[in-house]
Amino acid sequence: MVQPQKRDLTELIARIGLRYRYPLILLRAMVITDFKLRYQASLLGYLWTLLRPLAVFSILYIVFARFLRLGAGIPYYPVYLLFGIVVWGFFVEATTQGLTALVARADLLRKISFPRYVLVLSVGASVLISFALNMLVMVLFMALLHVPVRLDVLWLPLLFVELVALSISLAFFLSALYVRFRDVNYIWEVSMQAAFYAIPIIYPLTLVPVRYARLLVLNPMAQIVQDARYVLVTPDTVTITQLYGTPWVRAIPVGITLILVAASVVYFRRQSASFAEEA
Amino acid sequence: MAKPTIRVRGVSKDFLLPHLRQRTVKGHVLNLFRRSHTIEVQHALRDISFDVARGEFFGIVGRNGSGKSTLLKILAGIYTPTRGDVSVTGKLAPFIELGVGFNPELTGRENVYLNGALLGFSKGEVEAMYGDIVAFAELEESMDQKLKNYSSGMQVRIAFSVATRAKADVLLIDEVLAVGDAAFQRKCFEHFRALKKSKTTIVFVTHDMGAVRQFCDRAILIEESRIVAQGGAEDIATRYTELFTPRPTKEPKEPQAQGKRRGEGAIRYTKVTAPALLGEDGSLTLELEAVAEQAIDEPVYGFVIKSSSGAPVFGASSILKKQPPSSLGTGDRVRLTWSAPNVFSDGLHHVDLTITDRQGLAIYDWWEEAAAFTVVKEEKSPYIVTPDTSLVTEVTPNIHATTVTAPSGTRSYAPGGALTVSWTTGTALTGGRFGVWVRDGAGAYVQYQPVAGPAEASASFTTDLTLDVPAGSGYQAIVAYDPAGGTSWVVASFGTSPGSFTVTGGPAFAQEAPARGLDSRFER
Repeated sequence: MVQPQKRDLTELIARIGLRYRYPLILLRAMVITDFKLRYQASLLGYLWTLLRPLAVFSILYIVFARFLRLGAGIPYYPVYLLFGIVVWGFFVEATTQGLTALVARADLLRKISFPRYVLVLSVGASVLISFALNMLVMVLFMALLHVPVRLDVLWLPLLFVELVALSISLAFFLSALYVRFRDVNYIWEVSMQAAFYAIPIIYPLTLVPVRYARLLVLNPMAQIVQDARYVLVTPDTVTITQLYGTPWVRAIPVGITLILVAASVVYFRRQSASFAEEA
Repeated sequence: MAKPTIRVRGVSKDFLLPHLRQRTVKGHVLNLFRRSHTIEVQHALRDISFDVARGEFFGIVGRNGSGKSTLLKILAGIYTPTRGDVSVTGKLAPFIELGVGFNPELTGRENVYLNGALLGFSKGEVEAMYGDIVAFAELEESMDQKLKNYSSGMQVRIAFSVATRAKADVLLIDEVLAVGDAAFQRKCFEHFRALKKSKTTIVFVTHDMGAVRQFCDRAILIEESRIVAQGGAEDIATRYTELFTPRPTKEPKEPQAQGKRRGEGAIRYTKVTAPALLGEDGSLTLELEAVAEQAIDEPVYGFVIKSSSGAPVFGASSILKKQPPSSLGTGDRVRLTWSAPNVFSDGLHHVDLTITDRQGLAIYDWWEEAAAFTVVKEEKSPYIVTPDTSLVTEVTPNIHATTVTAPSGTRSYAPGGALTVSWTTGTALTGGRFGVWVRDGAGAYVQYQPVAGPAEASASFTTDLTLDVPAGSGYQAIVAYDPAGGTSWVVASFGTSPGSFTVTGGPAFAQEAPARGLDSRFER
């Protein structure tokens, strides 16, 4: 009885391998191409992946931490701020670049039959690689400022999974929507500007009245940013647990993320048949 | 019968016209408040059904905008049909066009890898075939240049070279042959021939009827979104060509209504029948009828065929054709049947008909453009006639540039000692026969040796001559060629070795000079 089951399993793995062989080859080629092209004519090249968030960080740090003194009372505020920017940066990059993933490659859509999701995933993968590089800088900063590492950090991978799931599912949804409605990118750009201030990235959540703060952290991005800071930078970070007195309220932002994942998969699949005609 | 590789049943494709499609949210919001949604639908394809068997080379032809490319995209799975279904058995190559996904900012090498990935090859697989791909494209030197610095011909070559690697049971090809120079197109054709041999199923969309005739087993003709003809490649190619020839209006019935007509009317044509269409080897037959209104003395019937530009192509008359003249009485009816071979060029032609008296003074009926017919010929000639013309080309190589090298200086005679004579010709030659002579100081030909021409084209030759000449000085080697392979040296020319040599010792020359007349004919 064990034998056939085992064979079924290897067969299944082989079938899955065969089915995803082409998408994986494509994904790999597209990510490599994307990296080759991205900084092709620039002097500093790949360094910009690191320099850009650092520059943004410096500006925000000087304005908000030095002049406005927003970070008073938060230990390791520079790292706290930088981490927030890096996580937020991933979200913005993944969604804004993901949004145009289909329309930008309309030439491919019209000429080749291939799994359309590869286009969105390749953008996601590129952004994820940049994110990994940024995290290296983060680790460097943490070492420089002697930020103690606690056992809580083990939650971080799970939070990153949530972050990636949220960003990529939005990217899927937006890219499919953008094929039909070309003003989505303007709307999304403005939304991102607003969301930057609606999510406690530059300011500590303690500055917000508790009533609003409770509402604010139900946003998956706010929950992720705050939880990630809590586990990696400082336990003084205000998270859902502190605001509601129970960790289980996280079911709401996590649930929102899961619903987004499911909805975007359904929407993307339903729309993908018509991408070639409309993109 | 085996299951067809491609099975298309009742496929239709509708597009919403782009200017009516709402691409902005505003447009959609406004649409919500409108009572009626008037959406114009463009039917790109209507009720298309056909089968393609395994290993078949299948053509899809039609004019621009007829829907053939849409059909190909549906077969490729890029578009989904609005109605009907398509089933494809076997692995389908994902490409329908060359160079899809090429990025001008990447180097040729990087583009090969990228394109290979689109074809489903992993990095390792592309690496393994990279050398072959580059060699086939003949682009060894430029692979590390950016693609944007390539000429379009180079881009096509590299794209095609990658595409030929596709491992698929079914290939869909859209107008590949429209690009590239003659040498490249030959490569494409060779590739297609190889594919055809290997039983790959190929669906081929093209305007090139030559390619259809050459490669396709069967084809369909699509016109205004529907299949209007389906069948053998030859028939479909002919039908396609006919689409571009304006069909003449129906044969003239009412004489008065047609063309310009003059004449006193003592006798008039009453019925004109001409074929509407003249095929490649059809002949023109004009059936005419004329009725005499009154008694007429020996009328002369004539006609002139004019090309679409109005230029007269040719004409004839009953006098020219030495018809015995006959007179007519009132009410007599004359039936005339003209026939002529189809020497006409492709296009519309008109027929002028005349009836005059013997001197050409009285015009009874002069009817311009009484009938029209269209000639459909493969050959598009700018001249007014296209008779069956054949051409045989034969090239006679120019070997006047022959240079001969033979050793110069003093040579002592030794039995069996060889004189090596080499020569090169201005043009590579095949077959025929060379003659190698030795001429003495007095100009007499003293030794001769025939040398067979090369089996494969070659321009340089060498032979060893065993000297059999008396002692003397001023000897020279001479070579002549006869393409016919005889000994007449009719068209041959020859070269003389630049130096002369001296022979010491040796037998007295006992041989007759074999090259009769060589001097007078060939020496220059």
